Amino acid sequence: MRSDISPGFADPVAGTQACFRSVLDAMSRPGRLQSIHGVSAPPPLCDAAAAVLLTLIDHETGLWLDPDVEPARPWITFHTGASGLGCHGRGAAFAMALSLPDLATLPAGSDEMPETSATVILQVSSLTTGRCFVLQGPGLRGSADLRVDGLPPDFAAIWQRNHALFPRGIDLILCAGNTLTALPRSVSVREA
Amino acid sequence: MNDTALPDQPHQARRRWMAVLARAHAGSLQSLLADCGALPAHAVLRGPDGGLVMVRGRAGGGGAAFNLGEMTVTRCTVRTETGFIGHAYIAGRDEKRAELAALADALMQDPDRADEIERHVITPLERKQIEHKTERARKAAGTRVQFFAMQTTRS
Repeated sequence: MRSDISPGFADPVAGTQACFRSVLDAMSRPGRLQSIHGVSAPPPLCDAAAAVLLTLIDHETGLWLDPDVEPARPWITFHTGASGLGCHGRGAAFAMALSLPDLATLPAGSDEMPETSATVILQVSSLTTGRCFVLQGPGLRGSADLRVDGLPPDFAAIWQRNHALFPRGIDLILCAGNTLTALPRSVSVREA
Repeated sequence: MNDTALPDQPHQARRRWMAVLARAHAGSLQSLLADCGALPAHAVLRGPDGGLVMVRGRAGGGGAAFNLGEMTVTRCTVRTETGFIGHAYIAGRDEKRAELAALADALMQDPDRADEIERHVITPLERKQIEHKTERARKAAGTRVQFFAMQTTRS
């Protein structure tokens, strides 16, 4: 059977460890850009999104895939062992999407177990151009600016609804090209 | 060796050659593959990486399944430049062997190369493995003890 699956990380152990560190830094310093190297991503995924999947997903992880990510499913299944959950997001620990999914369809955790919420890995067109958002919250002295191209027009309102659920809520990892950043649920977002 | 895969099981042919390749030594695989002319370049997609698998057994072949113990396995997946993907899972930690077995599996799926690999690699290896197994069975049979005495005293 012919197939065009590409390798994952050139050095799987060092690559996943470095990527894990980047995600950790991105979550603790919201809005700061982290760069990812050494991965060959399958279309339509960008390097950063592919690296995050390789790092955080294994065969036991509930992963929801946006229908647009479907062409990359064989690659994701091969490298991570995750089979994907189909088209509904209930029970997903992670969601991989090319456009922001309805956050209400994903698990937001409970007050007793907020860690059971989902993390959305969202691929956007750019993290250096586009609309500017002002971030405030834990991990930021004062505020930070973040430019994102590829979020819905009413993103600030959507995010504030999610932020208001704290300690429940969805965490977001934004990926574009080989850079990523994160918006944990604890951060508040307004349009600049 | 004489893998008795049921005819209705899919990929029966592939099961046979993957089993033969998984048992082959790295040295003999390498020398046999060298006889097959120029091999296509290949890229490693995954591994070779080692791990443990739980071996399960059934007492008498029909009892409840129990965990016998863990064994070391090495897996590898390669993709040839012609686009065929080969997998190998072998016992032990010989990474070179896993990569060669995966390459041979990829070549066996290529209709242009399958006959040649079957003739030069799979068939000789299979023959050698069957000979080895028969020889061991013969030696073991030579030391077999029939407990006639115990049977007669019991009855």
